[in-house]
Amino acid sequence: MKKVEAIIRKSKFDEVKEALHDIQVNFFSYWDVTGVGNEKEGHVYRGVAYSTSDIQRRYLVIIVSDDFEPITVQTLMRAARTGDVGDGKIFVSDVRETYRIRTGESGNIAIN
Amino acid sequence: MTADLFTTNNVWMMLCTALVFFMHLGFSLLETGLTRQKNTINILFKNMFIICAGLLIYFTGGFSLMYPGEFNGYLGFNGFGLPLGVDGVSIDYADGSYTYWTDFIFQGMFAATAATIVSGAVAERIRLDAFMLFSVIYVGLIYPIVGSWHWGGGFLSTMNSFLGAELETDGFYDFAGSTIVHSVGGWAALIAVVLLGSRKGKFSNEGRSLAIPGHNIPIAVAGVFILWLGWFGFNGGSVLSADPALTSLVLVTTSLSAAAGGISAFVSSTLWFKNYDVTMFMNGVLGGLVGITAGADLMSPLESILIGLISGVIVVVAVNLIDRWKLDDPVGAIAVHLFCGIWGTIAVGILGAKASLDQFLVQFISISIIAFFCCVSAFLILFTIKKTLGLRVSNREEMEGLDLHEHGMDAYADFGLNEH
Repeated sequence: MKKVEAIIRKSKFDEVKEALHDIQVNFFSYWDVTGVGNEKEGHVYRGVAYSTSDIQRRYLVIIVSDDFEPITVQTLMRAARTGDVGDGKIFVSDVRETYRIRTGESGNIAIN
Repeated sequence: MTADLFTTNNVWMMLCTALVFFMHLGFSLLETGLTRQKNTINILFKNMFIICAGLLIYFTGGFSLMYPGEFNGYLGFNGFGLPLGVDGVSIDYADGSYTYWTDFIFQGMFAATAATIVSGAVAERIRLDAFMLFSVIYVGLIYPIVGSWHWGGGFLSTMNSFLGAELETDGFYDFAGSTIVHSVGGWAALIAVVLLGSRKGKFSNEGRSLAIPGHNIPIAVAGVFILWLGWFGFNGGSVLSADPALTSLVLVTTSLSAAAGGISAFVSSTLWFKNYDVTMFMNGVLGGLVGITAGADLMSPLESILIGLISGVIVVVAVNLIDRWKLDDPVGAIAVHLFCGIWGTIAVGILGAKASLDQFLVQFISISIIAFFCCVSAFLILFTIKKTLGLRVSNREEMEGLDLHEHGMDAYADFGLNEH
């Protein structure tokens, strides 16, 4: 099992969610995060240029079976991409076990 | 003069009084919107204080100081309170244009404006008690003394005898107060900003100007629209009667100049900084309004547009210059009220019915005299406050917000995303 974590643009969230549903990834969590990064947004206020050091993004955590890792990552790459600096990142790590609380099931069957 | 006309005139003047009163809400909203949310209570408190204390102090002695009747031309006083009282309600007081009561309340609404201008420039870092003390003295003494020199019939309005010259002019002309109100506030704002220093985080260690965006632009825009509305009373009432030809001309020139000021400020700032900055648009409108104020009854519609167009460019250049001088004016009060106030007053000598070289010279000399008097007196008052009470809040108070420390309140309790 893998944990796929993705930091994406908020504006791309709906598109990503739809795309994940299309490949039968229906269970994931997300929250809004603030971070710093390479993106420099061109703000100008009263003739003074500035960039906000706080960048607003959405953080997704998706647990998938090993077989699903490539397609999940590809889907995220496709749906979250705009081509500009600041599209975000994807991290993949191993997960030792998953349990479903209601039934006590474990393993791949507990994921979705 | 019939009684009907007297009533009509007086009603118009009272309506204008109400419009000028409404401008204080405009200033409050503008200043609130262009500063940070942690100082909102403080801004609102100052604006409430200015109108309340300003009216009372103007009643106490300001009005008599500004309109002393017969006096030596430099300093006069005809008694505390409103000495004329009911003797001033007849048609004979001011040739049937308004009553003594109307006269006082209209002028009283004007008086507080000068201190309001300072309030925006010193926002987010001045001690509340220091500001209150300063504005009471400034509205109670300095503003009425300067006003008496021109509107009270003092030496600026009889410039020939003052200079001992034979100039072809009736004297200094400032219709509704580009200089007498706006620059008087603007000079004090300039001195206050110099003595106070800039807000923490306004300039980097290398001296580069940094942006501190205002927290509520919709509120600030509402303030600008309200100020524009109020200006119909500010300039329209300065006709000092309901004269149909003059009042309607003044409303036309005032609005055209405001519109032209906004357009030229947004175009020049867009060309310069490559973004459509609504705050520059707003300041441009206000610059156009301040600019036309000195000659609103003298200009043709076309001339008023020209005054507005130049005012808008002046605002954008001045905001940038003030930044380069390492002065911190959060709302652009100095650019709008001082720079455009000077331009509008000078413009009386260049454009419109009174334009002549002599008039230009008189305008220039009068502006210089007023500048000198305002700067020196503002410096003395503020420097004394700085050495005794202190002008500036502590570092911690400034970082955490004046609302929290001076007031112990939140402007938006239960609502807020940003800690800064």
